[in-house]
Amino acid sequence: MATEGQSEGLVFHPMDQFKIQPLFGDGPIHWYTPTNATLWMGIAILCIIGLFVIGTRGRATIPSRIQSIAELGYGFVHKMVEDVTGKEGLKFFPYVFTLFCFIVFSNFLGLIPGALTTTSHIAVTGILAMAVFLTVTIFGFIKNGAHFLELFWVKSAPLPLRPVLALIEVISYFVRPVSHSIRLAGNMMAGHAVIKVFAAFAPLILMSGIGIAVTPLSILAIVAMYALEILVAFIQAYVFTILTCVYLKDALHPSH
Amino acid sequence: MANTTTEAAGAVTEVAGHAAEAGGHAAQSAGMPQLNWETFPNQIFWLVVALVLIYLILSKVALPRIGGILADRQGAITNDIAAAEELKAKAVEAEKAYNQALIDAREEANKIVAEARAEIQKDLDKATAKADAEIAAKTAESAKRIEEIRAGAAKNVEEVARDAAAAIVDTMGVKADAKTVAGAVTARLKG
Amino acid sequence: MEIAAAAALGKFIGAGLACIGMGGSAMGVGNVAGNFLAGALRNPSAAAGQTATLFIGIAFAEALGIFSFLVALLLMFAV
Repeated sequence: MATEGQSEGLVFHPMDQFKIQPLFGDGPIHWYTPTNATLWMGIAILCIIGLFVIGTRGRATIPSRIQSIAELGYGFVHKMVEDVTGKEGLKFFPYVFTLFCFIVFSNFLGLIPGALTTTSHIAVTGILAMAVFLTVTIFGFIKNGAHFLELFWVKSAPLPLRPVLALIEVISYFVRPVSHSIRLAGNMMAGHAVIKVFAAFAPLILMSGIGIAVTPLSILAIVAMYALEILVAFIQAYVFTILTCVYLKDALHPSH
Repeated sequence: MANTTTEAAGAVTEVAGHAAEAGGHAAQSAGMPQLNWETFPNQIFWLVVALVLIYLILSKVALPRIGGILADRQGAITNDIAAAEELKAKAVEAEKAYNQALIDAREEANKIVAEARAEIQKDLDKATAKADAEIAAKTAESAKRIEEIRAGAAKNVEEVARDAAAAIVDTMGVKADAKTVAGAVTARLKG
Repeated sequence: MEIAAAAALGKFIGAGLACIGMGGSAMGVGNVAGNFLAGALRNPSAAAGQTATLFIGIAFAEALGIFSFLVALLLMFAV
């Protein structure tokens, strides 16, 4: 594959880090088998419990450090939901906060070397995005009835344009879950794969003379990519959450 | 269902394997793990479990607690601000009272000063009047005495003049009638 | 074998071509951020309320680059 033209010893397996494997033994993966995905989701849950339950058990008016982080996260998402969807949207706050917490912890835990990034899997982000899509659609119809369809009928546009716009709006509405899920998974996958590719160049110094130049560069590149990934890990969680809020706003106030 | 997905995945792996062979080195597990359908049910199941757990933990325990903490803090801050506001109002009140007291005291002082001044003025006036009266009495007395002295002096002058005139006339050898001399002197003195 | 080799060649060329799309996405993201900065410097008081819009815009622009990356990955590993 990509090793062609390189020294014989270099091996590129940038996607191997995303493999789902059973935790115990080597058997087939049934739906109930505990896998490394289970492990890392479990660690994410433990982190969430640690931060939001154990961290706040003091209920201090003057917060400890962990408690102030928990409050910061709460305030951040709460303000986001309130700003975008308005006061009515606050009933979705626990739901949105669940998504945010799961994504942000999975993203950051995935940055630990050797960890599996659960959010880099289409299966995971697809379910998250479909859940948002179904919530928005079902809630939109329950709350607004047929008026929800006005979302696709752009009243501010001139009449002849409206059918065309409606078509575009419908398509974009159904593409939402696709882009919503692939954005998150793709971002997480891309950065990790690039880091892995750079990492594969690192042992070149053991094999050939050119490695003296390449190895430090690749290590530097890994560090730079890692810093970028830390940023991306948070921004993608933020973007996923705020897009969720934007879609929820459509369900709450469908008219443009 | 598992069978069909396994077959499909197997086919995918085979194709990928061929391609990889063609490319030289074969990544034995070619293909993206993300597209390995076999693992989908597993991931989805555990994801749903995780999400439900997180949702329950957050919505039952964590979020009400944090919301409560934030509300408590907001309440404490509001109370403190209200207390501070109250204290400030009290301070303003106290300052006003102090200023009022100051103004009152000043007025009182002014009044006392005015009273004292009026009293002194009265005394002074009385004393002045008394002194004036005394002075006037004395002046009148003095004037009377001066008048008396002046009258006395004029009589003496008349006597002296009459005596002198009688003596002069006598010296001239003329026997002069005392009555005539006196009349003449009086006439001259008056003239 | 010849055909397989040609297919592999096409795969790699296609993957490389797909990466051009990332350049477009980079331009898009830069455009969004640059215009946001220009607007924010002109009216700093309104900037704070629009950061959410900024991130949404960046996310939409970036998603297309991610799609092209995905196409490249699919060509490399899944086709």
